[in-house]
Amino acid sequence: MIPAGFEYYAPTSVDEAVTLLHDHEDAKVLAGGQSLFAVLRVRLAAFESLVDLGKIDELRGIRDDGDALVIGAMTPHSVVQIDPQVFDHARLISLATATIADPQVRHRGTFGGSLAHADPAGDLPAVAVALDASFVIAGPGGRRTVGASEFFQGVFTTAVGEDEVLVEVRVPKYTGWGAHYEKFNRVAQQWSIVAVAAAVRLEGDTIAEARVGLTNMGSTPIRATAVEQALVGQPATADAVRAAAERAADGTSPPTDLNGDADYRRHLASVLTRRAVLAAAGTG
Amino acid sequence: MTSTQERPAAEIGAPRKRKEDARLITGRTRWTDNVVLPGMLHLAMVRSPFAHARILGIDTEAAENAPGVMAVLIGTDLADEQGALPNAWAVVPEQKAPTHPSMAVDHVAFAGEIVAMVVARTAAEADDAAELVDVDYEELPPALDLKASAADEVLAHPDLGTNVSAVWTFDSAESGTGQDVDAAIATARESGIVIEREIRQQRLIPAFMEPRSIVVDPTAEQLTVWSATQVPHFVRIFIALVLGIPEHKIRVIAPDVGGGFGGKLQFTPEEVLTVIAARRTGKPCKYSESRSESLMSAHHGRDQVQKVTLAATKDGTVTGFKAELLADMGAYLGLVTSAIPLLGALMYNGIYKFPAYRLTFTNVFTNKTWTDAYRGAGRPEATFAIERLMDELAAEVGADPLEIRERNWIKHEEFPFDTVTGMRYDSGNYEAATAKAKELFGYDALRAEQRRRRESGDPVQLGIGVSTYTEMCGLAPSRWLGSMGYVGGGWEHASVRMLPTGKVEVITGTSPHGQGHETAWSQLVADRLGVAFEDVEVLHGDTQIAARGLDTYGSRSLAVGGMAVLAAADRVIEKAKPIAAQLLEANVDDLDFTGGRFGVRGTESGMSMGELAFAVFQGHKLDGSDVERSLDADATLDPDDFSFPHGTHLCATEVDTETGGVKIRSYVSVDDVGLVVNPLIVEGQVHGGLAQGIAQALFEEAVHDESGTLLTGSFVEYLVPSAADLPAFVTARTETPATTNQLGVKGVGEAGTIASTPAVVNAIVDAVRHLGVTDIPMPCSPYRVWKALQEGTRS
Ligand SMILES: Cc1cc2nc3c(=O)[nH]c(=O)nc-3n(C[C@H](O)[C@H](O)[C@H](O)COP(=O)(O)OP(=O)(O)OC[C@H]3O[C@@H](n4cnc5c(N)ncnc54)[C@H](O)[C@@H]3O)c2cc1C
Repeated sequence: MIPAGFEYYAPTSVDEAVTLLHDHEDAKVLAGGQSLFAVLRVRLAAFESLVDLGKIDELRGIRDDGDALVIGAMTPHSVVQIDPQVFDHARLISLATATIADPQVRHRGTFGGSLAHADPAGDLPAVAVALDASFVIAGPGGRRTVGASEFFQGVFTTAVGEDEVLVEVRVPKYTGWGAHYEKFNRVAQQWSIVAVAAAVRLEGDTIAEARVGLTNMGSTPIRATAVEQALVGQPATADAVRAAAERAADGTSPPTDLNGDADYRRHLASVLTRRAVLAAAGTG
Repeated sequence: MTSTQERPAAEIGAPRKRKEDARLITGRTRWTDNVVLPGMLHLAMVRSPFAHARILGIDTEAAENAPGVMAVLIGTDLADEQGALPNAWAVVPEQKAPTHPSMAVDHVAFAGEIVAMVVARTAAEADDAAELVDVDYEELPPALDLKASAADEVLAHPDLGTNVSAVWTFDSAESGTGQDVDAAIATARESGIVIEREIRQQRLIPAFMEPRSIVVDPTAEQLTVWSATQVPHFVRIFIALVLGIPEHKIRVIAPDVGGGFGGKLQFTPEEVLTVIAARRTGKPCKYSESRSESLMSAHHGRDQVQKVTLAATKDGTVTGFKAELLADMGAYLGLVTSAIPLLGALMYNGIYKFPAYRLTFTNVFTNKTWTDAYRGAGRPEATFAIERLMDELAAEVGADPLEIRERNWIKHEEFPFDTVTGMRYDSGNYEAATAKAKELFGYDALRAEQRRRRESGDPVQLGIGVSTYTEMCGLAPSRWLGSMGYVGGGWEHASVRMLPTGKVEVITGTSPHGQGHETAWSQLVADRLGVAFEDVEVLHGDTQIAARGLDTYGSRSLAVGGMAVLAAADRVIEKAKPIAAQLLEANVDDLDFTGGRFGVRGTESGMSMGELAFAVFQGHKLDGSDVERSLDADATLDPDDFSFPHGTHLCATEVDTETGGVKIRSYVSVDDVGLVVNPLIVEGQVHGGLAQGIAQALFEEAVHDESGTLLTGSFVEYLVPSAADLPAFVTARTETPATTNQLGVKGVGEAGTIASTPAVVNAIVDAVRHLGVTDIPMPCSPYRVWKALQEGTRS
């Protein structure tokens, strides 16, 4: 199908993009278009103007900023997936990105687009929540930074306002942590039915710190704090991890759809959490 | 003067790469949507969002005034002109059906039915204006559930007075081909085994890669229609019959077509409406559907409830089989909608010797997209039912499922065999195929691993599924088709033309849409005429070039169309022989034709087919006005009977009992498709077929909500597997030639799809049977497997 007509703008700076968004009623940011165009083509939505961020160089790239990595919003999945800094300091992102769709989608789709789209079944939001990422947002009033827990507000809803642009994402370094992204779906190209992002730091055989994020277990990505707490100080053994993982679905209200009901998703959350944590700890 | 003198290596059986692939894979070819004509207009369809509604009024004013719009047409504008879409198969004389308009007039019967059409200068303008058409609907209760609809609880077409279109029965006792099935079941209830199951053949969507597309050019003497169809010859006849345009004023072209799987074996509302738009505006018109439109409105497949009963002795010898089917027609009857259950109705006995058999099917209307042919058409349903039951029988007897099958199957020395349904299986060797499959699979080692995993309580359990199938191929015998209520025939036509430079044109009435006919038919002719493979061109899919033909479906192309090509090539040789004798100044009886050369026996003297073609073109040395100045020949072929490919498929699945996830660990298919013309093409058909059959077992299902809206309306929800989701198939063959055609070929287009679905489901059930699971509805999603495990453990 053909989308309804729209005005197309391709600014070359963030300021220019923000001004365009501010000055035009019913304007929408266009990143890789892998989610937005699907919606436009089936005419579930239409916008008078699209502001394409593709020509803004400052939004692309990954840099080391001391104790954090900074990933530009327009960096494509295909770049993030193979970036050595990401692999060394935030491996969970490399692993989760590799599970997104197929090479074609990963070449067009962007890191920031995935986060700004805030699809509950998208893979990167739970990773961002687990890793305590923070989000730099530019608007008419300047730039502000929000934490992951504030950023994701609901299904397809984030802290990014209509005339704002997500500029970059700061991810604290998790150098030396074990990581695993356990994605459960039916065919390779499908979004997650449920997925679990886990990162653990071991001291000897003991879990010293743990981060666990859940994909598609509610309207926003969820940090499984009960599991994290239960893991700390435990040996990285199947039994100990199993006990902690039982609590994965605590306090969640997962969706029911053709792929399963809420009960099934709760059950999956604990099975997949166990597998993710054990794999992250290198004992899976 | 001529090119190829030497006879090439034997072509039949050579693993030739397909000559059509480069253009098909790169897309640099003639897809219908690539056809662009001067002044061409574009159509957009407005479709009902409701499954069942009355149309109270349609306001087209805003759309008419939108930029670029040339016309907006609604059903009441077309009432006189559009006629009714045809159903070509009355399975019983008293078959009932609602009138099937191309555009709804005052009543819509499924979500996706066309209610208006916009004709505009560009496709974008047509789409924009279509959104402005304002339709006032009064919603009616939809008939959705198949069983409830069969009981007429809600009527899909209130005017019809019932949802039941037809009831058809075959009883072996009544037709004298076997005994009474009720008696067999009664005896088994007392002293044997009775297995009863209700099986749901879920609704599937053919999901061909190229969406349907039509271009109609009304500006010349003949109306020219390009359509992404499997059946250009049907389309021509039906445009004539439905719209009253004389047949000789219509030319239909199916250029390269990107898949069909039965989904393009149809005469569609969109074809009728594009013709109407072109005639009304006097301009070429194009309609290309979107993927969403394709998924909801191109015909669906399967959708049956099968109540099946198998009676056997305690040792597992089958004594009778009974089936009662409900088949969902959807909202209307398409071309052969009504006959899909019929095409499987005489095959539920599979490869076995059943003494007694009865099958009844009831065709039922609902307010869903109409169903029709989908790869296998009736035979996958039949094969699934019997192969699932044979595994259940084995479990009940406590015997190996292969042993139980062998106890019941037709032995190699018993062919030809007249089955309990009155079919004659000409040939087969089930023993050989099974032995080969067992060996390739490592059957005994996998059984041992299965035992180990059960004993250790491994969370991942292993299961082995068997499917020993047969199917009827080569949909043809015109007499059979007529006796079953079909209006058309099943013959096929071909021409072979010897060109002056020694090249050969082959014209086939079959209409390939991905099968590789250009390659295979070239091999047949190269072999027969002794010319080079490269020197043969195969033409098809244009009623002006391939004037006669009945197109491609039902694994008929090689067994019927390919044999017509051979017959035409043989006639070329027959025609050439006396001419060669004249030119070589020899007696006809002294000529040999080998390696593409007529030689005078016992001498060096001879002439190649190419040299002969040039000599005939010149005509200088031909004596006698009765000698035709051409070597061209036509042939039409109508076989006496079907062919019956068969094979043994073995599948091992790993079932993750914690998540319900299923992984196919290994898959072996040994198919007997008779003589193989091109092993690469056969392999390709088997691989694609397996993928599609596995997709029914594990992934695909068209799901509607309680209002009749299609929930699986995009590929996000309708899960078509890709290579990443499938195992590396191990394929092999045995070769038992068919006796019903001159080469001994059988047909391979549907085999993989027919065989694989039960093999996979049997393997899943086998993996978890010890956990209390005896059945899982398709598709066996992780959620369903997990639920079955929960219930199994509870009981
Ligand atoms: C076939 C297919 C399969 C897929 N499978 C998966 C999967 O398995 N897992 C997964 O996580 N994703 C999947 N995706 C989605 C993919 O990751 C998308 O790339 C992503 O969701 C959106 O990124 P984008 O750059 O394409 O954004 P766009 O589609 O251009 O934009 C998406 C939304 O975000 C907004 N937006 C984008 N960038 C910014 C910004 N910098 N500032 C403010 N707003 C912004 C846009 O306005 C829009 O609302 C799949 C997509 C396809 C087509």
